Amino acid sequence: MAETKEIQAKEKQEVSVPAEQTKPGPVFTPAVDIFETEKEITLLADLPGVKSDELKIDLRDNVLTLTGDVAPWEGAEEEDLLIEYEIGRYFRQFTLSEVIDQNKIDAQLNDGVLRLTLPKIEKAAPRKISVKAG
Amino acid sequence: MLFRRPFYSPTWGMRNPFEELERMRRQLDGMFGGLDRTSSRVLGAGVFPLINLKEDRDNYSVRAELPGLKPEDINISVTGNNLSISGERKIASEGENVRYHRREREAGSFSRVIVLPGEVDADKVEATHLDGILTVVIPKAEATKPKQITVH
Repeated sequence: MAETKEIQAKEKQEVSVPAEQTKPGPVFTPAVDIFETEKEITLLADLPGVKSDELKIDLRDNVLTLTGDVAPWEGAEEEDLLIEYEIGRYFRQFTLSEVIDQNKIDAQLNDGVLRLTLPKIEKAAPRKISVKAG
Repeated sequence: MLFRRPFYSPTWGMRNPFEELERMRRQLDGMFGGLDRTSSRVLGAGVFPLINLKEDRDNYSVRAELPGLKPEDINISVTGNNLSISGERKIASEGENVRYHRREREAGSFSRVIVLPGEVDADKVEATHLDGILTVVIPKAEATKPKQITVH
């Protein structure tokens, strides 16, 4: 019987040199899985605490930018006893090698996981040129 | 009775101003991290999931980031003063003809017990899981709440 392995605790990766932000606070790099098939590129990102209206997805000049805002510390009247992780926004950028059909981009955000589907522009079918003898 | 409280946690008993120091420490560690491959720091208890434990007058609250899990996938139980959080995260396989460029998210099982600093009322514990954030509110036992004494 295969044993499920245990998830290891990891500290959230903070963006090392963030661009100047309008709002102060830490900015983290979310963990992503990226894979592609012939037709599309799919990106899955862990963005806990980000609601759909706080998530911005931007694609221009083949650069994909993900920005997610989270609600700040809840329960302001509470005293901290043990703080192991911080709350901050998420930011990550990718350069895409393929040209994407922007009209058909699909984004789903469920349980803090973003599934972003980027269909590739269909390449024109290669034209066969027949050579006539003569 | 042995209380397991990480004594080195800088925010133990204090408010959040240490957030800045924590981040500076992390950045410095990141700069010197190349010298020593093994992680020299312990992340709180070093067990997934990392939690934030807070209290107010009436409740303890525990928050954890658990993206990709549905509420029914998480098991929470309270025994005495111990809060136990466990479950398993599964990442669905995507089919056969996929080429992965990056694979950073982890799947697997997790289990963690958190010792709460005082007596709690196990019957009234409430847990909600929204957008990947688990919040557990544990009411303190009546006997431990401070009683206001009026001065005449």
